[in-house]
Amino acid sequence: MSEVKSKTKRSSATSYKISFRDRFNTALKLHKENSLQTLLDILRQPTNSLMTILVLAIALALPSAFYLFMTNAKAVSQSWDGGVKISVYLQDDATEKQAQELLTQLNLRPQFEQVTFVSKDDALSEFKEYSGIGDAISYLDKNPLPFAITLTPTSSFADPKSLESLAQELTSLALVDKAKLDSDWIKKYNSILTISEQIATFVSLMLALGVLLIVGNTIRLAILNRRDEIQVIKLVGATDAFIRRPFLYTGLWYGLIAALLAALMVNIVFVLLKQSTSQLAQLYSSEFSLLGLAPSFTLSLLVIGSLLGLIGAWVSVRKHLKDINPQ
Amino acid sequence: MIEFHQVFKRYEGGHEALKGVSFGLPRGEMAFLTGHSGAGKSTLLKLIALMERPTRGQIILDDIDISNVKDRQIPYHRRKIGMIFQDHRLLYDRSVYDNVALPLIIAGVSDRDIPKRVRAALDKVGLLNKERQLPIQLSGGEQQRVGIARAVVNKPPLLLADEPTGNLDPELSEDIMNLFAQFNQVGVSVLIASHDLGLIARMKHPVIALKEGRTIRNELAEVDFA
Repeated sequence: MSEVKSKTKRSSATSYKISFRDRFNTALKLHKENSLQTLLDILRQPTNSLMTILVLAIALALPSAFYLFMTNAKAVSQSWDGGVKISVYLQDDATEKQAQELLTQLNLRPQFEQVTFVSKDDALSEFKEYSGIGDAISYLDKNPLPFAITLTPTSSFADPKSLESLAQELTSLALVDKAKLDSDWIKKYNSILTISEQIATFVSLMLALGVLLIVGNTIRLAILNRRDEIQVIKLVGATDAFIRRPFLYTGLWYGLIAALLAALMVNIVFVLLKQSTSQLAQLYSSEFSLLGLAPSFTLSLLVIGSLLGLIGAWVSVRKHLKDINPQ
Repeated sequence: MIEFHQVFKRYEGGHEALKGVSFGLPRGEMAFLTGHSGAGKSTLLKLIALMERPTRGQIILDDIDISNVKDRQIPYHRRKIGMIFQDHRLLYDRSVYDNVALPLIIAGVSDRDIPKRVRAALDKVGLLNKERQLPIQLSGGEQQRVGIARAVVNKPPLLLADEPTGNLDPELSEDIMNLFAQFNQVGVSVLIASHDLGLIARMKHPVIALKEGRTIRNELAEVDFA
């Protein structure tokens, strides 16, 4: 009897302990199985998961669309930056001769690519043509407009800072009333862009939080659905990691599939918009063409989507698995 | 294999399920735990499997004081114990084979060993020809055998059974009990909670009888191992 006992003791001691290599291989195998199984589960029950995935996809598509919009808006403003001009308005009492002298001086400067003289008459006729109040102006007995010179800086002086200092320097010249950058509205445009960017970032963060919560809630329901199964598996010695893994993969797949759908949605919208924007650009005789989602952005969208799914599932699993204990 | 030293268990809400239980189950022994429902049988088994923690007292399993087993080590503790329940606790959406394979998959047994061991366990309980079926297609007695196969597939040194014959007719009950006796003969320690007194008497194994959380008959008294 004692012989039997010692024999069984030995065999029992080895039976429920597994070598590290076996355990490692099994873990690897479980990862493969869990990932495949959960993916198939999602694809096999599209009615269950479709709604969730669509909501997630929309929540991911919106920030991507924001991003695409911002990229294009910035590209538009950059294409303008090259064409900035400085308008120098002379003082009212400056004579035409003085104006011509200044023109010659400025022409000698290396900063300017092109220097154009705008006579009072030219300015007035131009104003009449474009202001829409031409008739009213003809009642004036005297031309109220000053002489003006339009300067186009060379490209090395076209950055906002040098333009600003050029304008200041020109204003300080004796004959000059003021020098005005026609890039002012570009600055306004850019600051509106900055604000929009901040709003977009904020909204995107909220949507990311939404994705976390949606995935978390979906996983919570999945856990509650499989409550009995989890209890049984815990009874036969499953670790938390073992129970957690399929749920984490489910979250990961939700995020990844939703991100793929989001990229698809944004690309569809892009194709639809591309034509109308190129028509618009033609009207402005601009070379601008709409930029699509860069591959690197699409890739990071997929990574972020997967990560959000994984984190959402992780938070939910941590919170809810603890509460399920075998009775 | 199991030692209880003055174990108390009081549940939240004040119900005292165990009031100072002491006994020792020697390694390789098979014993019965009897008593009316509510006497504390299930609580006692739950304490061994760490489904509950004792309020007071010491429980030693396989020479380890189980109060030292931390929560995250509980899964490894449970792998030493094969548990069988009155309601079988099978996974009803998986085949008999998959149910029995579960403890092996969980423990990380390699792929090439799993089919061999599952079939060996199913063979022992006489269900080798039903491995492809779903539990729901089996009779109550057969489902209980699947539960037993699942409990022994990992070759644990201890089997715990909570009313394993509760829903079965006398003939099937005897079959199930004989199955436990067979496992005991190859060295597995077995503790069975049951109120089938006639069957227990025929089996001729030590008995611990509980009443209102105390032992009223103890054929495995602490003196045996102290």
